[in-house]
Amino acid sequence: MKTDWRERRHRWDTRYAPYAYIAPYFLLFAVFGLFPLLYTAWVSLQDRNLLDGDAATFIGVDNYVQLLTADPYFWNAMGNTLSLWLLTTVPQILFALGIAQLLNRRLRGRTFFRMGVLLPNITSVAAVTIIFAQLFGRDFGLINWVLELFGAGRIDWQAGTGSSHTAIAAMVVWRWTGYHALIFLASMQAIPTSVYEAARLDGATSWQQFWRITVPMLRPQIIFSTVIATAGNMRLLAEPLLFNPGAGAATGGSDRQFQTAALYLYEQGFAKFDFGYASAIAWLLLIATVAITGLSYLAARRIRTD
Amino acid sequence: MTTVLEPLAPQAPAPSGRRRALRMPGPWTYAALIAVLAGSAFPVYWSLVVSSQTPDSVSSVPPVLVPGGNLFANISRVFDQSDFALAMMNSLIVSGTITLSVVFFSTLAGFAFAKLRFRGRSALMLLVVATQAVPTELGVIPLYMMMSDFGWAGELHAVIVPGLVTAFGVFFMRQYFERAVPDELLEAGRMDGCSSLRLYWHVVLPAARPAAAVLGLFTFMQAWNDFFWPLVVLTPENPTVQTALNTLASGYTTDYTLVLTAATIGTVPVLAVFLLFGRQIVGGIMQGALKG
Repeated sequence: MKTDWRERRHRWDTRYAPYAYIAPYFLLFAVFGLFPLLYTAWVSLQDRNLLDGDAATFIGVDNYVQLLTADPYFWNAMGNTLSLWLLTTVPQILFALGIAQLLNRRLRGRTFFRMGVLLPNITSVAAVTIIFAQLFGRDFGLINWVLELFGAGRIDWQAGTGSSHTAIAAMVVWRWTGYHALIFLASMQAIPTSVYEAARLDGATSWQQFWRITVPMLRPQIIFSTVIATAGNMRLLAEPLLFNPGAGAATGGSDRQFQTAALYLYEQGFAKFDFGYASAIAWLLLIATVAITGLSYLAARRIRTD
Repeated sequence: MTTVLEPLAPQAPAPSGRRRALRMPGPWTYAALIAVLAGSAFPVYWSLVVSSQTPDSVSSVPPVLVPGGNLFANISRVFDQSDFALAMMNSLIVSGTITLSVVFFSTLAGFAFAKLRFRGRSALMLLVVATQAVPTELGVIPLYMMMSDFGWAGELHAVIVPGLVTAFGVFFMRQYFERAVPDELLEAGRMDGCSSLRLYWHVVLPAARPAAAVLGLFTFMQAWNDFFWPLVVLTPENPTVQTALNTLASGYTTDYTLVLTAATIGTVPVLAVFLLFGRQIVGGIMQGALKG
């Protein structure tokens, strides 16, 4: 009897227990990740506003038609998203390459420098944006003070499209460059020096070595970083929201000059509680993100590896 | 030269033929790096400067660039004039619970994926990795509707429960077990007739400590800094640190000293974790293991 029970327990343990151990993740992902995302598609086909009670009417693709053909705010938000994506992703990767190159020496205090470049990445996006919003302040911001010191005029950073995008991009680039630099540094250290020695014998300058050897050798990491950065930068929300906090924060500036698509989703969903419309924005943003991620993957892949 | 990865499995030293003779840095390298570091640290430093000044010095020209003596006065103002004590407590509860839970479930699942045999193991592992690429944030509307239906909106568990275990954690621990925990260690336990759960508790979990610590630190910092979902699902009356910062910054007239003092206080816990364990965190990222 006893052995039988033991046998059965053992069989259960080897056959089914592993599934029990991995089940929590799949369960959690299914309930709180995948299901809501898919259900968004269903909600996006409804006229559903929390303020009208919980009534939901099926309206087909009306939300999408409205967004794509008759909503200038949506296209404005999409334009801002693309502009910010470009202004954040490209400098982030280029600066990270430069910093990694600086770190890839026989440095004293190696850990100190590495931690130093990573510091921005561990700060919270809310705190950082509040600090930067103050630095970029029109009247008493430090940056305007420095500009004036050098004889340039003050800039009302929030007011213009270009200036507000620059300020927001600065926050994102500041926060993420060090992280990518460390990823690049790790792979730079794996490049055998013999490659550089050969190039040096052929008379290649260090500038040429950097672009012709280092960058091509880092291709997989550059692709990885570009894809990760793109996925994040297409969904910027905290930065534009907190750049101009207050009652009208969700519009991203008085003329919506820095309202991103994610922020527009937030405005429609959680300021106007128009869940159907916001869900349609979510799906369009999802499609745009996949498309742009694919494009940047292709662009990063074009780095030559001859 | 090995990288700073003590907690994780040591990498094989490079074969001697390919030993890297790194360039010696010149003074310009140091100058450039110090400039980069100054740029990295400045906003945090600036936040501290403003937090230690009087409110009117924010608008002084030229700006004050060194800390003053008002830090503690400002800190008590933050705690008097806002719910910041509650916010800190809530953030501690949320981040602490998520950290413990992520470490527990990730080591359990990572152990199963690395050391137990079962059908569909590699396919399921691939699935875990693939789910990381799904932008679940965009499902925020139905997620909010669900939480309202559960009666969880405004409650801390609405923030805690979706974060209880992550794909990244499972993957990270599985990688560690594959590299660093030899099968022989488990065989001994199996011979003694240990069930897999006992094996996990008595052998695997102790062996996992170094990597579990890195995962825990990283999870804590991420949970502490999380902004969007808490903003959506919590109310200003029951905030985390990050949503409290939003409320403070959204006031009709903004008292920058107050807001930046709060930002400084809210950064202290992650900064402390970083200063104490930055070496391990840097090591984790350089292994390509940690995702920001």
